[in-house]
Amino acid sequence: MPTGAPDEGSTETRTLEAFADTVLPGAKRAPDDTSVAGRSHDAGAVEAGALELLRTPATGLTSGLPEFAALLNEHAAGYAAGRGLPAADGEPPFVALAFEDRTALLRNLTSPGHPEKEFWVMLALFCNMAYDSAAHISTPEAIAAGHPGLRAMGFAAPDADGLLRFKEYSYGRPLARLHPDTTPSGSPA
Amino acid sequence: MTTTEKTDVLIIGSGFGGAITAYHLAAGGARVTVLERGPWLESRDFEHDFLLGSSYTRAFDFTVGDGMSVLGGNCVGGGSMVYFAALPRAPRFVFERQGSIGRRMWPSSISRDSLDPWYDRVAEAMGVRTQDWSDVSYAGGLWGAACDHSGRTANPVPVAIDKDACVNCNWMMAGCRFDAKKSLVFNYLPAATAHGATIRPLHEVQRLERLDDGGYRVHYNVVDGEDYRITDGSGAIDAKIVVLAAGAGATPVILKRSEADLGAMPHAVGRYFSGNGERLNTAVVNEDRVRDVLGLARDDERAYEAFQIGKGPCVANWDRLDPSLPEYSRYSLEQLYFPPALGTILAQAPGAPTPSWFGSDKKEMLRRWKSWLIVFTMSEDDNEGVFGPPPPTGNAVRLSQQMLGRGPLSYRPTANTQHGWSSADAEVKEILEKDGIAEVAPWTNDLVGAYTVHPLASCRIGDDPHTSALDDRHELRGHPGIFVTDGSSVPGALTVNPAMTIAALAERSVPGIVEAARARGLDVTYGAPAPDGATSGSGSVLTTAGRRSS
Repeated sequence: MPTGAPDEGSTETRTLEAFADTVLPGAKRAPDDTSVAGRSHDAGAVEAGALELLRTPATGLTSGLPEFAALLNEHAAGYAAGRGLPAADGEPPFVALAFEDRTALLRNLTSPGHPEKEFWVMLALFCNMAYDSAAHISTPEAIAAGHPGLRAMGFAAPDADGLLRFKEYSYGRPLARLHPDTTPSGSPA
Repeated sequence: MTTTEKTDVLIIGSGFGGAITAYHLAAGGARVTVLERGPWLESRDFEHDFLLGSSYTRAFDFTVGDGMSVLGGNCVGGGSMVYFAALPRAPRFVFERQGSIGRRMWPSSISRDSLDPWYDRVAEAMGVRTQDWSDVSYAGGLWGAACDHSGRTANPVPVAIDKDACVNCNWMMAGCRFDAKKSLVFNYLPAATAHGATIRPLHEVQRLERLDDGGYRVHYNVVDGEDYRITDGSGAIDAKIVVLAAGAGATPVILKRSEADLGAMPHAVGRYFSGNGERLNTAVVNEDRVRDVLGLARDDERAYEAFQIGKGPCVANWDRLDPSLPEYSRYSLEQLYFPPALGTILAQAPGAPTPSWFGSDKKEMLRRWKSWLIVFTMSEDDNEGVFGPPPPTGNAVRLSQQMLGRGPLSYRPTANTQHGWSSADAEVKEILEKDGIAEVAPWTNDLVGAYTVHPLASCRIGDDPHTSALDDRHELRGHPGIFVTDGSSVPGALTVNPAMTIAALAERSVPGIVEAARARGLDVTYGAPAPDGATSGSGSVLTTAGRRSS
């Protein structure tokens, strides 16, 4: 799992991490972690691998990431200026925003009618996928490695052959009256 | 100069509309070639894996439109490879619907009664069976019990699943590894190839051209097997008869791209698209209340915690499929499983300030994922989808290597459609929030618009040339020899899972296609048994078809 010191990251990395952390927030990886706002007690999208997934060429997003990060910081700077918030002071402008402001900006960028909505929605969708399906890692490997998203959700581990099977699956008894007009084929009349 | 390949019948797409026609025409003696834009995946290829590039992303297409996104199959077997094998017949009132045109929108020759023999035929071929409660997953049982608790009925849905082979892994949306789900690769398609039909995967048809002899030249690109954004070549095949079955998200796009050569398309090509009135709600259930109020328990420890276990939709509430209710207020409410990603991202955290598809509340909701229950609404929409100008190739500008693309469909839900959705949302809430069983919220439509897994009606049959692209024999108006047999031919929303109806219509279309083929000098007959040789479903059908082509 990616747990490298965020201060070593580029502006692009930290900006995208802050975006991913707004989508599904996590705990700070270190006391001086500024990308992750720390609004959760356990791992969020960043530790789940959002940056790895975004940088997987199969997503179709990878080549656009520098532009996404620059644009996001432009929006963040405008957002901060419009509200009289303090200057970023060395941080990328989006990273400098408080979690609530990051959230408000993300809402605005993904709301119906925003001209760039499609791009921000895509970016957010892949951040989500890093957490809830670990689309950058083979699923049996991700589960074996304790991927934080799949683990938090309780996604069941497969058998040794990588395939999932459930032996118990049914309450096994009638639980409702059938519709009175059901036909012999089991269909509605 | 190279010689263009020739075949008798060229079929575009290998889902229900393509596989069924391919089988009957090949069995009847025609040379049949099927072009499928997706890969040819075998059972052993179906992984339980979300990794980009696994079968899960190879077999699907998710096409984002303006106000509507479409999830569809993209492999040999089409929708049948990724469907949940729920195969109910459409209720009788559906065929009497008027929809947006103010008069009956189905052809006068089709009713539930007249379609039943064709449904029988599909049931025999696909192995459709009724389920009993012992087949039903925990999630289906929970939905049934909740419906019962609020005074409603609930039905296990008819399916084409071999219960003895099924392991309830709920990966059937990515293809069934255990050969339990009866998809077209077990019946119509192998029977078609046994009769000489050829199937070419990764062949994406771009356009049709008319030939001097009245036939058609079909132009295709060869798609790279890993990166669908890459084209590895192109070619063309000449045919006397063309059957389009590329799916309701692609068939009208191919036809519109062909207009420059074929001439104007009927007005209804690329119009009247229906998303089958689909809508999703996600509930997070209170495990204690499930035990105390509904009396359900898996064991001493757990009441439910079983969202992941099962085989897609098992139980549906059909109380609102009441013919006495006005149009746009009828719908079914079906328990459903969607895997993570496709099934989680649009879900909103119940009770949280909207938008709640992301953020802290969503993360807490994901923490309770095992206690989720998805309820799927299939209602009556207003056929308000319209396709814009075709993209350069295919039916979408592909964004990702696989799966994700941007298509030309726009959909502005009318007040009628929204009324159906809001009524269904309210009813799901009423059922599941009664006595604190669960908390419920609908999926957001703000990100990728509404969302359908059952695209329909974008090139539909009908009696009225102004509002239907096809006559009641599925022939494209003004373009003899071109037939459309996929979900795009269905006139409108069905209020239930549509695969059974799409398949029955495809079966019903075959005698007419055979007749057209014979008129073009092809030596083709009609009258093949079911793909496995069974004949109990064919007797009434042959009577219906009047043996007119044999």
